[in-house]
Amino acid sequence: MIREVFAQFQNPAILFSGGKDSIVLTHLAKKAFWPAKIPFPLVHIDTGHNFPETIEFRDQLVEKLGVKLVVGSVQESIDKRRVQEETGINASRNALQTTTLLDTIENYQFDAAMGGARRDEEKARAKERFFSHRDDFGEWNPKNQRPELWSLFNGRKNMGEHFRVFPISNWTEMDVWQYILSENIELPSLYFAHEREVFWRNGTWISTGPYIQLKPSDQPVVKQIRYRTCGDMPITGAVESEADTLEKIIQEVASTRTTERGSRADDKRSETAMEDRKKQGYF
Amino acid sequence: MENNNYLDMELLRFTTAGSVDDGKSTLIGRLLYDSKAIFEDQLEQVKGSSEKKGLDHIDLSLLTDGLKDEREQGITIDVAYRYFATPKRKFIIADTPGHIQYTRNMVTGASTANAALILIDARKGVVEQTYRHSYIASLLQIPHIIVCINKMDLVDFDEETYNNIMKQYKEFASKLEVKDVRFIPISALKGDNVVNRSPNMDWYNGSTLMHNLETIHIGSDENHTDARFPVQTVIRPHSDAFHDFRGYAGRIDGGIFRVGDEVLVKPSGLTSKVKEIFLGDDSLEQAYAPMSVTITLQDDIDVSRGNTITKQNNQPEEKRELDLMVCWFNEKPMNPMGKYVIRHGTSEVLGKFQEVVYKMDISTLQRDLENKHIGLNDIFKTKLKVSQPLFVDPYHRNRKTGSLIIIDEASNETVAAGMIV
Repeated sequence: MIREVFAQFQNPAILFSGGKDSIVLTHLAKKAFWPAKIPFPLVHIDTGHNFPETIEFRDQLVEKLGVKLVVGSVQESIDKRRVQEETGINASRNALQTTTLLDTIENYQFDAAMGGARRDEEKARAKERFFSHRDDFGEWNPKNQRPELWSLFNGRKNMGEHFRVFPISNWTEMDVWQYILSENIELPSLYFAHEREVFWRNGTWISTGPYIQLKPSDQPVVKQIRYRTCGDMPITGAVESEADTLEKIIQEVASTRTTERGSRADDKRSETAMEDRKKQGYF
Repeated sequence: MENNNYLDMELLRFTTAGSVDDGKSTLIGRLLYDSKAIFEDQLEQVKGSSEKKGLDHIDLSLLTDGLKDEREQGITIDVAYRYFATPKRKFIIADTPGHIQYTRNMVTGASTANAALILIDARKGVVEQTYRHSYIASLLQIPHIIVCINKMDLVDFDEETYNNIMKQYKEFASKLEVKDVRFIPISALKGDNVVNRSPNMDWYNGSTLMHNLETIHIGSDENHTDARFPVQTVIRPHSDAFHDFRGYAGRIDGGIFRVGDEVLVKPSGLTSKVKEIFLGDDSLEQAYAPMSVTITLQDDIDVSRGNTITKQNNQPEEKRELDLMVCWFNEKPMNPMGKYVIRHGTSEVLGKFQEVVYKMDISTLQRDLENKHIGLNDIFKTKLKVSQPLFVDPYHRNRKTGSLIIIDEASNETVAAGMIV
């Protein structure tokens, strides 16, 4: 499918979040074009609130693959007054990413942006297509999606429109972990159990750090934790875990009783939080 | 679960279909719930929503009804994909809507399925929707149909009701091309015969739905006889280490390719031998459908996207005029004078309908030879002329090289799907 995107579009890119799904996607792209290099850039939307481990990992990977990296900066969008920063105790830059992402797509004229989103993650994503058409405002209309039959993908579009493409749509969290293990893919250290200063908020462990305001009642403690997804520091919750190897993580995933996005504060804002953001052009 | 064989576990894809209120979403919710595939936070969400609706039980259908609009309407409106696994198999469910105007979603879900689950409300028996869904399953060549006669709790788990419905269905199904039809009496709401055996229907000797799903033989969908490799893209690294490398990348749509095999390229007719086969940087001795690989040839011949690499003694048919069964998906009716973009494998050509041979009334299986107007949800037989020859197989031999989609040139929407007869 990644090759199909390369063949059907003029200017594709991979949206690289630094999370395991986009790392797997990048790995697949590497395999699809070997021995040539990946013939399109990685795009990273940097909220400025990323974990330093994510950024370090990103830079190493880009150097190793010899691909171009495009960074869209949310801080820049804020400085240019394209978006306004949220305030308050649960403030997050997650929602602001959408504007930066759409601006970046427009500036570089990407006509296909590949992402590592999977249908098993969230209810609104369960209906997403592999090739997902976006109008010239970047919006997604769940009722007007193109039917996808067999493995025939229709990437035809008008000027100004673009596609989001989700090559690993059909993978589950377990599939991703098993693939990482069997292909021996490197991941940021965040995914493995480590000690970190955290505090309990909204039902999950949040890391202390420069981007988060503590309430007087918040009690930071040092815990052995790991992350199941890699979002922004202030909104990504960690789980208490001893799993410091891939094999242990897989055992943990197999026995776990909550979804990986269950610890994401951005999805908890309302029952349709994801669908509403998707309609506006979020991933 | 043995972790090391997880990636090799068999995957069964199935569609679910039923009329509105047949309890399709409840059945999927039940499969997920009883097979313990539901996470705590999802269950909490559903419990909360059920309470808000004033229900005294957990409404399992809320687990699958994905989008806001349909949660408000209480019906499913698009194809939703669900994933779960048991220790025996992995499953992908394509949950498709039951009401009449969304036949296109049924067809979409059916195009990749190994099995179709058809729901019948025990109180209503076989209805028009049942015919439509069964016909589509047979048209799209889904190998197995499982008919679930649901809401048995509302007919006092009566054996005769079940037998009558089964008889009625069999009469109809005898007119279809379906190899394997099974019947199971269930109650999705109460859980009878879904994952656990029902204590209320001693007269039923068959196995539960889950047992069927776990054991159905997935008579491989792949064709391992006719070698077909449509080229997606040509890989030329231009690097020092791979200066003369020229690889053809694509997915094998049929048959087996081995290093040293003599191959023939369509449409040029040029021949060569397979030099190497790569999956990423791994060199393979052989590759088969549906693997995505890169193939290099011994001779430097001209091959590009849209070409098919095949074998001398087993070639696809070269066609300028195709006999097709077509499902029309768009509100805009078919224009008999219009030109359409045809996508088949990695080729894109222009096409024009020559004639509508007949239209299928899929509730009666009667052929309508008079009415040639084609609109949303119509299924018809046609002749299509294409601007460049396509290299095809009949759909019943190969679901990949035998299928195509039809795109409106102006709106770029996928307006129809075709199967080569």
